Amino acid sequence: MQNDFDVIVIGGGHAGCEAAGASSRRGARTALITFDEGQIGAMSCNPAIGGLGKGHLVREVDALDGLIARAADAAAIHHRMLNASKGRAVQGPRVQADRALFRAAVQGQIAAQPKLSVIAGEAVDLLIEDGKLSGATLADGSTVRASAVVLATGTFLGGKLFRGEENFLGGRIEERAATALGARLRDLNLPMGRLKTGTPPRLDGRTIDWSALQEQPSDRDGWTMSALTQGRVNPQLACAITRTNEQTHDIIRAGLDRSPLFSGAIEGRGPRYCPSIEDKIHRFGDRDGHQIFLEPEGLSTHLVYPNGISTSLPVDVQTAMVRSMVGLERVQMVVPGYAVEYDYIDPRALNRELALVALPGLFCAGQINGTTGYEEAAAQGLVAGANAAAHALELEPLLPDRAESYIGVMIDDLVLHGVTEPYRMLTARAEYRLRLRADNASTRLTGLGVRLGLVAQERRHWFERREAARMAILGQLEETHSSSQIAKAGGEVRQDGSRRTLYQWARFPELTDVALALAPALAEADADLRDEVLEDAHYAPYLERQDADIAALRRYEEIKIPHSFDYAGVGGLSLEMRERLCAARPDTLDAAGRVGGITPAAIAAIMVHLRRRHVA
Amino acid sequence: MGDTIYALSSGRPPAGIAVIRLSGSRSFEVTSCFVRNSQTLRPRTAHLRWLAIPGSGDLLDQALVTIFPAPNSVTGEDMVEWHCHGGRAVVRAVLDALNRLGATRPDLGLREAEAGEFTRRAFENGRIDLNEAEGLADLLSAETESQRRAALLMAEGHFSRRLAKWRAELLRCSALTESLLDFSDEDDVPDAGADMDLRTGISALVTDIEFQLAGPSAERLRDGVRLVLAGPPNAGKSTLMNALLGREAAIVSDIAGTTRDRIEAAVEIGGIAFVITDTAGLAETTEDPIERVGIDRARQAIETGDIVLWLGHPADRPRDDAICIAAQKDREGWVMPPDGGDIALSVHTGENMTELVQMILFRARALIPAEGEVALHRRQRDGVCQIAEALRAAFAEQDLVIVAEYLRIARLAMDRLIGRSGVEDMLDTLFARFCIGK
Repeated sequence: MQNDFDVIVIGGGHAGCEAAGASSRRGARTALITFDEGQIGAMSCNPAIGGLGKGHLVREVDALDGLIARAADAAAIHHRMLNASKGRAVQGPRVQADRALFRAAVQGQIAAQPKLSVIAGEAVDLLIEDGKLSGATLADGSTVRASAVVLATGTFLGGKLFRGEENFLGGRIEERAATALGARLRDLNLPMGRLKTGTPPRLDGRTIDWSALQEQPSDRDGWTMSALTQGRVNPQLACAITRTNEQTHDIIRAGLDRSPLFSGAIEGRGPRYCPSIEDKIHRFGDRDGHQIFLEPEGLSTHLVYPNGISTSLPVDVQTAMVRSMVGLERVQMVVPGYAVEYDYIDPRALNRELALVALPGLFCAGQINGTTGYEEAAAQGLVAGANAAAHALELEPLLPDRAESYIGVMIDDLVLHGVTEPYRMLTARAEYRLRLRADNASTRLTGLGVRLGLVAQERRHWFERREAARMAILGQLEETHSSSQIAKAGGEVRQDGSRRTLYQWARFPELTDVALALAPALAEADADLRDEVLEDAHYAPYLERQDADIAALRRYEEIKIPHSFDYAGVGGLSLEMRERLCAARPDTLDAAGRVGGITPAAIAAIMVHLRRRHVA
Repeated sequence: MGDTIYALSSGRPPAGIAVIRLSGSRSFEVTSCFVRNSQTLRPRTAHLRWLAIPGSGDLLDQALVTIFPAPNSVTGEDMVEWHCHGGRAVVRAVLDALNRLGATRPDLGLREAEAGEFTRRAFENGRIDLNEAEGLADLLSAETESQRRAALLMAEGHFSRRLAKWRAELLRCSALTESLLDFSDEDDVPDAGADMDLRTGISALVTDIEFQLAGPSAERLRDGVRLVLAGPPNAGKSTLMNALLGREAAIVSDIAGTTRDRIEAAVEIGGIAFVITDTAGLAETTEDPIERVGIDRARQAIETGDIVLWLGHPADRPRDDAICIAAQKDREGWVMPPDGGDIALSVHTGENMTELVQMILFRARALIPAEGEVALHRRQRDGVCQIAEALRAAFAEQDLVIVAEYLRIARLAMDRLIGRSGVEDMLDTLFARFCIGK
């Protein structure tokens, strides 16, 4: 039977949009199925894009020609480079985005994709014929045929909302939860669990006393999220900072018994690093106050997002709580906060392509895999979409490497470790952090994207020009200079007659001006390219050392573990190790070593066993 | 699973008792071929039984037979121990019988163990970690009492526990750094005090590790303290060497490769293992090329020795820390040299020999681990050095990203020490040190 499409993407959030975009960029006829066309690209929680680790992901998705960075730039009303005082490797670009502008920008990009159709409807079931995935069924009974399906259903899967003593079904408030599909997935006997996340109340900015609050202005220097964006387009708003105080904490404590988090109504596990305010007070009660960022939701709305008080307390407690804080004494709460509990699929059931091993052709991306955050969702969406297209059209898969990208780190973590709390990207997760900077994402990934047909013409041309410029700079930096030449050019160096390449001299930050003087190509380059090269030079000694580590890692990567490997046959593995290894099914010995709780002795035992098999 | 293996696990006969160990899935079945009513053997209980040759039923020996069902055995497999009488003939007969059974019943997969195979199985089955395995190797080859005690400490996992403590602290410092990097901008990390806490943590860890590094190493304990006798020709070195070997010590073994110019012998004095080297006399000048080589080797031995006994003029001593001996005190007309020495000696009358031995033991004790102290092997020492080096670099660094990188390097070194990376090479070297049947 003729397929209607090559790839179906279910869900129009950040994961779904990137999946649909990536799939269509690779040339697959793609259908994006969503409840409500108008909600495509909606930001359901924090109106911010980027941050530490997350900003890296946004830049990497952009380097592979994804949508999120350009949409963020089109909507940005406040810019902040987090960790600006620390090394570049851990700096994270973050913007506040106007919700309406962001949504419009995503929808505009979706509409502009040549091979992409949007279908408004509820996907209630997967179409499985002769045990083979062949599309999806909609609520109206119609079917859409395709050889690959990407599930990007977010919290819509078995979603349940909690606020105080109330609870109701649904993903975002006032939207329906995709429970029928959830039931279908349960029937597939996939390993599943429940997680929870939360959102704070929304405030009316007109009722906030801004004059009483410390202002946090937007960064002045003109960086953007996407490499292709030319400058900033929107007026910049300021955020403000307030704090919780003893009175706030007393109000929260008095209301704790009415919070579903503590009454036992919620079974799912929440994130440790983005706890609800009731969690914070319960666990860090000794602190006298927690900082709360008041973030405007947009240019055309008065809504303000108070970042740091995600809560599921009853409405009356929420009102009293916010009004106990400086500047918020007379604030009007427009939408109260709530907690969401939802199903996720244990990502260890996925392979590195983000495909479910149990059902070839079915890919999963975003919160359904146990992650949290737009950026994490977008990055997975891109990988799942690119690989769904690869599955349908028999193309080379996109397999990001943890030594090359945060995307690779995330996918490796997910498929090997699974999750015990919503997974959020942190720079600490990347052992090769020094090379995985937000400012060199294009250099790391765009070439790969071009090779896989993921990158459209505009970026390809931009990248070719940039690479040419970068090569010219590196060529000039390869020239050897003596210490006296460096001194002549104005550098304060010891006259010890040593000779080094200009790249080596540029390792020292105080010689940056000398490098600029002696390498005209560097001086003339765009600021971002110049900074990238100088930063590479600065960290070069550490990067060389890491290269050796990575080479060693590759050696164990070459020792493959067959998918059918019988861990029960390896003596000395504890029951727990066996369970973890069976769930994660690492494909190499190196990956097995990264599965949590696996001891060196266990790795040695597996290796010896593999070798024995090999001999036999 | 693998073959069922057997070996004589105790020392070379004759001895009071000979322990023959079997390990593997068929070890109970093999035992049943030798012991009647073997189904009545209770786990981990010694039973007095007759061993009989399979087939003929001829009696071999009366033995204590104990079965250890998997996984609660040393190797993690089914194991059996036969405690036989330790005479040569008995042991040979039992081993021969096992050998014949293996040949006639190939289905049993019964064979003699390879060197280190029992320990290797214990390691592969997760019964012991690498550090414990190394300690066990030492324990089995321990020849002196102090070696045995240090090896016991290692085998009991003292070093592993110390590593675990360091690892916990290292992880804490890493976590602190990462929290400063990933969360300080979000106000989730209580700020300034954390940086101080981090520096203090790293520096305390460095101090602790350096203290361990300053301690003596296990090689001295195992291979012996190197005692070098040097001096001009005919100063009485060889006589002194013989005296040290003959009177106060028992020769354990001759070391192969002794040459005409450098003679070495292993010896135990006061519970400490020594390797004594007698060097060629250091003549002022020589034209003889062979003698020249001998002198070069002597100088080399002096340089690398732990304790040097110098039998020449104190002013000519090759190392400042050499013990200067005025020897041949018994010679007629002997007078103490004007600027003396540390000790004047007569080998023949034995005068001051006890004092010299005490002097040597005093020096040696500083070189080997004290009672209850964990001694490190070269591999462990190298690993600990790498950790200390990375931590020192982390401490000196201001850029938190680089601090984190050095802590990561330290963690990697720690992982290697615990046995994670380079697993293959390490296993080969490690298990190559085992003697058969241990």
